[in-house]
Amino acid sequence: MSTAERAPEPGKASLLYDPKIRGYFYQFLVVGIVLFLFYEAYSNVVENLQRQKIASGLGFWGNTAGFDINQTLIPYSATSTYGQAFWVGLLNTVLVASIGIVLATLLGFLVGVARLSKNWIISKIAMVYVEVIRNLPLLLQLFFWYNAVLKPLPGPRDSLNLGAGVLLNNRGLFVPQPVFGDGAGLIGIALLFAIFGSLFFYMWSKKQQETTGKQYPNGLITLAALILLPTLAYFLSGKPVTFNFPQLSGFNVRGGVTVFPEFFALLLGLTTYTAGFIAEVVRAGIMAVSKGQTEAAGALGLRHGSTLRLVVIPQAMRVIIPPLTSNYLNLTKNSSLAVVIGYPDLVQVFTGTVLNQTGQALEVIAITMAVYLTFSLLTSAFMNYYNSRMALVER
Amino acid sequence: MANLAYVQHNAMPAQPAPPGTKGALHWVKENLFSSPLNTIMTLIGIYLVATTVPALAKFYFIDAVWTGSDRDACLKDKVGREIGACWAFVGDRYQYFIYGSYPIVERWRVNIVFALFAIGVVWMLWQRLPFKSVGAMLFFAVLPVTAWMLLYGGSLSWTWYMLAGAALAVWAVYGDYSALKKGDTGIFSRPETLLRYGVILAMLLGGLMIGTAGLPRVDTGLWGGILVTLLIAAVGIVFSLPLGIALALGRRSKLPIIKMFSVIFIEFVRGVPLITVLFMANTMLPLFVPQEWSPDRLLRPLIGVALFAAAYMAEVVRGGLQAIPKGQYEGAMSLGLGYGSMMRLIVLPQALRIVIPGIVNTFIGLFKDTTLVTVVGIFDFMRAVEASMIDPTWATPTTRATGYAFAAIFYFICCWGMSRYSISVEGKLAAGQKR
Repeated sequence: MSTAERAPEPGKASLLYDPKIRGYFYQFLVVGIVLFLFYEAYSNVVENLQRQKIASGLGFWGNTAGFDINQTLIPYSATSTYGQAFWVGLLNTVLVASIGIVLATLLGFLVGVARLSKNWIISKIAMVYVEVIRNLPLLLQLFFWYNAVLKPLPGPRDSLNLGAGVLLNNRGLFVPQPVFGDGAGLIGIALLFAIFGSLFFYMWSKKQQETTGKQYPNGLITLAALILLPTLAYFLSGKPVTFNFPQLSGFNVRGGVTVFPEFFALLLGLTTYTAGFIAEVVRAGIMAVSKGQTEAAGALGLRHGSTLRLVVIPQAMRVIIPPLTSNYLNLTKNSSLAVVIGYPDLVQVFTGTVLNQTGQALEVIAITMAVYLTFSLLTSAFMNYYNSRMALVER
Repeated sequence: MANLAYVQHNAMPAQPAPPGTKGALHWVKENLFSSPLNTIMTLIGIYLVATTVPALAKFYFIDAVWTGSDRDACLKDKVGREIGACWAFVGDRYQYFIYGSYPIVERWRVNIVFALFAIGVVWMLWQRLPFKSVGAMLFFAVLPVTAWMLLYGGSLSWTWYMLAGAALAVWAVYGDYSALKKGDTGIFSRPETLLRYGVILAMLLGGLMIGTAGLPRVDTGLWGGILVTLLIAAVGIVFSLPLGIALALGRRSKLPIIKMFSVIFIEFVRGVPLITVLFMANTMLPLFVPQEWSPDRLLRPLIGVALFAAAYMAEVVRGGLQAIPKGQYEGAMSLGLGYGSMMRLIVLPQALRIVIPGIVNTFIGLFKDTTLVTVVGIFDFMRAVEASMIDPTWATPTTRATGYAFAAIFYFICCWGMSRYSISVEGKLAAGQKR
């Protein structure tokens, strides 16, 4: 038997069972369905808009808005355009989100560390805070801050005096406004000088430590420079800064900077809510650093503070930062809840009032969504960059 | 020499612990006053507790008013004492909080739906209960049509309900018939099968009973309160889970166009706030369809919420899919399973099991987010509470604090309960990994 019986060539399988062909078929099907849906939607939109006599396109951008906004960061009045109203709303969103992010980070780290504290009562308080805050809807919390805390405050005549000229009543929080006179620029220059000087000193001292091992009290020197130099400049230039204190006049408070109750309530709500989530992120991050790291640092003779600063926190940050940024993004998106308490953010001004006045739902909502999408794409771009930098380099 | 060997026959009595390492006093010293900083923090903590807890207890319990029929019961001038929370307000309005403006004589329909919902949820979530497939059928197929038929009423929804029941019966019979043909002769004596037919039969008989009586239609504008909150949450979970699974599979698909569509949808939805999605559903959805198909005002946010939750669910499920080792896929393929069978029989059962905690957490977020539908004018629980506070019948200085506290208790119990559940499941799932 020299010729082994050869297996018959496998016949070409039917095209129906070729995974490649099937793949093409499914994809064509999906594309077809999506195109059909888009076409249907488009033709319906055209028909519906014509029937309801709603204009399309961005022509409304330059039209007069005709409504007022109480809190504006750029000049705005009822005679301004819809486009300007958009920018006012966008800036208000950015304002509340950026202040909220800073405050929520501080509070969140504080609570997160407190929850890991060995002190029983502190850790329990932090636990109750986190559990309560995280398990209640943000909307309820905003209603609570706005309707149950800030609204029932006494009127301007019985304003609560919080000290240092700060007044609080049901029309908002009134803070003294610094007025810069001639020569106040010197203080700014001194401050800049102090910042750059201490930065240079920090770099120099780090180099010194690496080469000679000698350590300098960086923190103290930076603090001293930041306080002393501007103070010195303040007196040298003849005390150019005065304060415009809020005063009760008639039935209202005049002067100073007004923090509107809507802004205040939104900020309080967003900060406390997001801080609850950040606290959990921080706790998870610190707990992710294995105990051996702390013990090894102790064995090397590092003190408690140095262990935290040089060993635990840098490793914890690697775990903390990705969810932290997604919490920042959540805060920014949640700031759209401003609409329920009437803070003039992007959604309230643009998707609320402008949409109602123009009726151009398609354009207005598309622009609003594009803004939030930009925020989130920027954040995820930063995240990818950060992850690629911070990822553990493994062999 | 004889006495040198010494053998202890009895155990020595245990010695007391060194002083200062045991007992309550030691615990206090170690946990509260171990260092000056610690002592200061303890004092701050005690101060915080001492200023808030007694004040809250006084307001919500000691000074609270529990009974009354209108605002006079909760007014300081009328009662002549310090007034705390006005629970009489909640007692008076709780029916409104649960049903909204749903007609009073028709509320038994809502109660039946609540009961079915409770049975479905307990069946699905209590892991020891048997016959999960029948529970899933009840929750994902029977409950939605039943709820729609009962809550909405009218002959059209009843017709659809009966058609759905018939379709379910055909599906069950076909499945068992093909099992029988494959030689699985015991199929009709199994309790699971009997239970399945029992459920379908009950569904059809109940439908016949209701059909002969005829249910009046209740417009969705009258629905409100906890009914709407639970409805949105339930619709969210029932539709977002399958849709999320499909999107997650699409995102991991090797077909580039399907993958691209999935990624675009997921990232787009996750990048925008829910409010804008709700606005979009509310104002743009009616533009996208022909005028005569214009969706009901309650249906619009339901679609928005379901799509929104689906994108988040997709990312949770994707996490589970990624955690399944490649060997599982390869094993399934080497057995000759196609893509559908591989996913349905091998990959998804494992992946979904891992991500139960993630699904529950997404659901908690969804449950909290249901409050946002008030922005587009839907009367959910939060809105019902908020609307009752403005009602002059109960306008007192403490009504708001009471209403918010009641709403907070409701949401806290629901969300906290769910998170406890997810933690317990997590513990059970991790049991296999523990040493």
